[in-house]
Amino acid sequence: MSLALPLDAQPTDPALEGIIKLAVMAVGGQGGGVLTNWIETLARSEGYHCQATSVAGVAQRTGATIYYIEMAPGDVASPVFSLAPSAGDVDITIAAEMMEAGRAIMRGFVTPDRTTLIASTHRMLAVSEKTVPGDGMASSEEVKAAAEVAAQKLILADMDTAAVAVGSVISASLFGALAGSGALPFKREAFEEAVRAGGKGVEPSLRAFAAGYDLAQNGEAPKAPEPKAAKTEIIEPEGPAESQTAWASLIARIAGLPEDIREMAKAGLTKVVDFQDCDYGSEYLDRLQLLVNVDDPEKGYELSLEAAKHIANAMTYDDVIRVADLKTRPQRFRRIEDEMRVKSENLLHLTDYLHPRAEEIVGLLPEKLGRKMENDPAWMKRIDRWFNRGRRIRTDSLRGFAMLYVLGGMRKWRLKTLRHRMEQDHLDAWLTTVSGYLPDRYDMAVEILRCRRLIKGYSDTHARGLSKFDKVLSGARLVENRDDGAVWVARLREAALKDEKGTDLDGALKTIESFAG
Amino acid sequence: MAERSFKAEVEHLRKGTGDVFTGEGILAITKALLENGVGYVGGYQGAPISHLMDVLADAEDLMSELGIRFEANASEAAAAAMLAASVHYPIRGAVTFKGSVGVNVASDALANLSSSGVNGGALVIVGEDYGEGSSIMQERSYGFAMKSQFWLLDPRPNLPSIVKAVGDGFALSEASNTPVMLMVRIRSCHVTGSFDTSDNVPPPLSVKAALSNPQRDFKRVVLPPMSYAHEHDKIDNRWPAAEKYILENKLNERFGPEDGKVGIMCLGGMYNSVIRSLQRLGLADISGNTSVPLYVLNVTYPVVKSDVLDFCLGKDAVLLVEEGQPEFIEQQLGAMLYKEGATTKLEGKGIFPKAGEYTGQIMFDGLEAFVRQYAPELLPGKVLAPNTPKTELPDLSKTVPIRPPGFCTGCPERPIFASLKLAEQELGSRQITGDIGCHLFACLPPFEIGGSTMGYGLGPASNAAFDGGGEKRAISILGDGGFWHNGLSSSIGNMVFNKSDSVAIIVDNYYSAATGGQDVLSSRAENDTKSTNNPISKALAGVGVEWIRQIDRTYDVTKMRDTIREALTTDYKGPKVIVASSECMLNRQRREKPQRNKAIADGKRVELPRFGVDQDVCTGDHACIRLSGCPSLSLKKLDDPLRDDPVAHIDQSCVGCGNCGEVADAAILCPSFYEAKVVHNPSGFETWYAGIRRRIISWLQGRRAGKRLAFSGENA
Repeated sequence: MSLALPLDAQPTDPALEGIIKLAVMAVGGQGGGVLTNWIETLARSEGYHCQATSVAGVAQRTGATIYYIEMAPGDVASPVFSLAPSAGDVDITIAAEMMEAGRAIMRGFVTPDRTTLIASTHRMLAVSEKTVPGDGMASSEEVKAAAEVAAQKLILADMDTAAVAVGSVISASLFGALAGSGALPFKREAFEEAVRAGGKGVEPSLRAFAAGYDLAQNGEAPKAPEPKAAKTEIIEPEGPAESQTAWASLIARIAGLPEDIREMAKAGLTKVVDFQDCDYGSEYLDRLQLLVNVDDPEKGYELSLEAAKHIANAMTYDDVIRVADLKTRPQRFRRIEDEMRVKSENLLHLTDYLHPRAEEIVGLLPEKLGRKMENDPAWMKRIDRWFNRGRRIRTDSLRGFAMLYVLGGMRKWRLKTLRHRMEQDHLDAWLTTVSGYLPDRYDMAVEILRCRRLIKGYSDTHARGLSKFDKVLSGARLVENRDDGAVWVARLREAALKDEKGTDLDGALKTIESFAG
Repeated sequence: MAERSFKAEVEHLRKGTGDVFTGEGILAITKALLENGVGYVGGYQGAPISHLMDVLADAEDLMSELGIRFEANASEAAAAAMLAASVHYPIRGAVTFKGSVGVNVASDALANLSSSGVNGGALVIVGEDYGEGSSIMQERSYGFAMKSQFWLLDPRPNLPSIVKAVGDGFALSEASNTPVMLMVRIRSCHVTGSFDTSDNVPPPLSVKAALSNPQRDFKRVVLPPMSYAHEHDKIDNRWPAAEKYILENKLNERFGPEDGKVGIMCLGGMYNSVIRSLQRLGLADISGNTSVPLYVLNVTYPVVKSDVLDFCLGKDAVLLVEEGQPEFIEQQLGAMLYKEGATTKLEGKGIFPKAGEYTGQIMFDGLEAFVRQYAPELLPGKVLAPNTPKTELPDLSKTVPIRPPGFCTGCPERPIFASLKLAEQELGSRQITGDIGCHLFACLPPFEIGGSTMGYGLGPASNAAFDGGGEKRAISILGDGGFWHNGLSSSIGNMVFNKSDSVAIIVDNYYSAATGGQDVLSSRAENDTKSTNNPISKALAGVGVEWIRQIDRTYDVTKMRDTIREALTTDYKGPKVIVASSECMLNRQRREKPQRNKAIADGKRVELPRFGVDQDVCTGDHACIRLSGCPSLSLKKLDDPLRDDPVAHIDQSCVGCGNCGEVADAAILCPSFYEAKVVHNPSGFETWYAGIRRRIISWLQGRRAGKRLAFSGENA
């Protein structure tokens, strides 16, 4: 048996402060490996010991990934590095996406006593954010607020846009930001030398590097003031004199509306006129006016605002004519050429993916005939056989364009169609429900207006939206006499927007039935 | 061709004595094999040693110069079986695969190999896929070492230690006539560093030369009565020989002071993590000089009793740092101490959590708790009584979405599962089993298809209970990798023999894609050293499948869905197999992009497709995304006060696979999608004709604009 000698307490080795611990949080495919290689090359070229690790494998297939690097000055004798970051023990965290910055904070890789956080503010949406029928996007603001508390030094900028703008990728701008942050004891030239040593796409990488460096040093330039305010002024339509006069009189009516709702009403009016014509625009203002008349200035014209928005959306339903019209506009061609970066020496082939069903065709028929067909299964079957199939239309070809052009020109015909009648009936019923709650149940009226948001999409999706709308309205009737009725309607609507199948909505409806049924 | 090329790095494998190698762990392992006179190598890809297979494949030229045979084995079982060459011949062999699943597959061969014992050094390099970032279940390979009694090395995770372990492994194997498994964890496979190289050594006896002079040692045949003798040989001869070699060559290491009232024992692979925590506790300096005695098990099996008892006896307490469960070593150590009548307190599980990886924080907390309990006087004041309270950080757990891996942009498997989801919407939900491979991502949102995965190539086999059929036929998924690994016999053969009335969908993406794009038998690429272009459908017909549907473009969602519908509703009672073939987009882009760019630069006509969404036609319902999950199909918030919900948007990363448009068509979602094909270097006639079309279209557009109000925005 040996002696049980008590060992002396040993103070923390001051040399340990010389280890720099750096974590890179990225999404698979973002080039985290390239960035790691550059950092390693840089550290070694500056005479540092350096060790890097990563977890490769399936995690790289668009999943969240971590790379980890440690380095220490060359005069230290064989330092022992860790292979994984520890919570509360990371000096520099680079996050290649905003939610990955959030993940780094959650995992403790950003702490106020030591961490420089360099994060790109751009978003790569996770699947769970995208599949929500409504708006499921996570809040970058919350992550930003947390980052401000968690980081000792914080560099936040859109590193992705900065890199793409100069023809490179985010790994280069992040490397630039790392240089610009001053968190590593190396000169800018040494960083650039590491990029050159990599040998691939050196020039674009160096441009993105410079952009990232500037962002780290000077921050993002303040954004240009919101163009929205200016935009309402610019939209003065061009067109025949007769229509111009009609438009001017509509605009004059807008001027007569309460100031709070003018902007929304003008946006709505523009959409409606663009969909059909000035007469239709006048109908829109008539409908709106009815609700404005009974609105309450004390409530900030909430009712009128919602009405201006949702009546416009309801009146500009998505029929074949509208889709064909939008698809053949010159502005669309210009936008696509722009987005696809078509240069003058290139050509653009444009194929639209359309799939009309019998319902769409019948909707185009005059009301009476359409109804007859709609109620005759044999005819519906026949029409389905004739028309129901996927169609690839080459909209840049004469034939394809002409077909859509003719359809898009049927606006005069539209008012006679079955679809128009159905939309009008639905609109009227909805607005009657709204009016029924006025003036006593103001909040209910507002919520019922907002429920229009549930109706969207085409074919099955549209049908599902309609059924959700109906369900929410039937739920509304159950709670219409309760003080918190409006709150319940809002809850039902939010539940309906959460998942496709409407499970959340059905659950909420059950709850309502349990106390109101 | 694999996803990652190591051609440039492989040149460093030629370095000789006096040079320094700097690079990744797996390259260091390869170099060590060459320096140790290995005669043949092989393996099967899988994280984290996929890249080791890629390095070996890229180093094939160098290896043939040295007379080394490289084999890309059909499975881990095949790889382990290859080590049979070292049973009768004095040739060193090494194979690699992932643990623990690869070891599961290989266990039959490993058991036989261990019974026989070896003549030449036999090394299994296993990439232990345990802990955070793992792609498999939570097991450890350790149990296999115990049951078959082969030796397990777990070197400290730095390049010199790993390189040394390769040499030690061969020597230990030969000294004890036992195969040796060298375990490297995920991060040590990819860890970078440097080591001093020595010259490559050609095998003293090459496999080619061995064929000229066949050898056979009757004692090594695994049949009674020899197999009974093998058991005694293991205990009486091989084990003592191994212990002797381990002790004499000091394979296990001790650090820190000779004596102390407490001690820490850790597996080699945990060393750096232990040192980091000791550094943070003020118990070690930057170079790892510790003030607590440390015993590092670079050989984790066998545990050399005399040596560990020597370390433990006389100490008040010893902490064993061993991740995962069961805690194999702790149990052995406990028994040893108890039988010895020792009073040393053994700590391990309890102070450490029984399950899960020892992350930095867990290691720190565990070591702190141990030292605080048994030797608090060692801890510096600031650790004993920290005076800075921790800052409270906002809780982001409800904000930050999870980001599991998924199908890449343009993945040919996406339309298969979109079609399957559409078929289910039409015909009702089905009993579905999955398999191992990228297609397993279909379990996750947005597809949420399939639940059970019983193993590689076992998708259809795991639906065997439902082979008798019923009102709604069952469906199983199998990848091309799994098909050739094991699926042809275990799954398809099983279906044929049992007259299965169910449906199997074989996802054929031309590669073993999930592991990094290695070639398999049915790969379409020409491969100089391997036989490719052996169609799956031919193999199916060969084993007796009669109902086969070959789909050569998975992106045709309508056809794909209709074929699945046919399989689910046909009167045919036997096995129905759909082979859905399209090339892995990641590999395709890697191959085609440089060619395309060159063609454009050379003035050749090239069409570049990409998809787009008309934002005014899109209503923001996101039904398309629920049938896709494509990374390039995302959302965009519009600057329009009338619109509440973000609309679909396709970004620059789109590769024009067409899935979104096809899905919108097949599911009749909406008319928002369009394909924009940019034609580079069009012909003169084409340009002239397009000009004419353009003028007519512009005239028509102008004509309409003159008759209506036109707002400056596309749709105001």
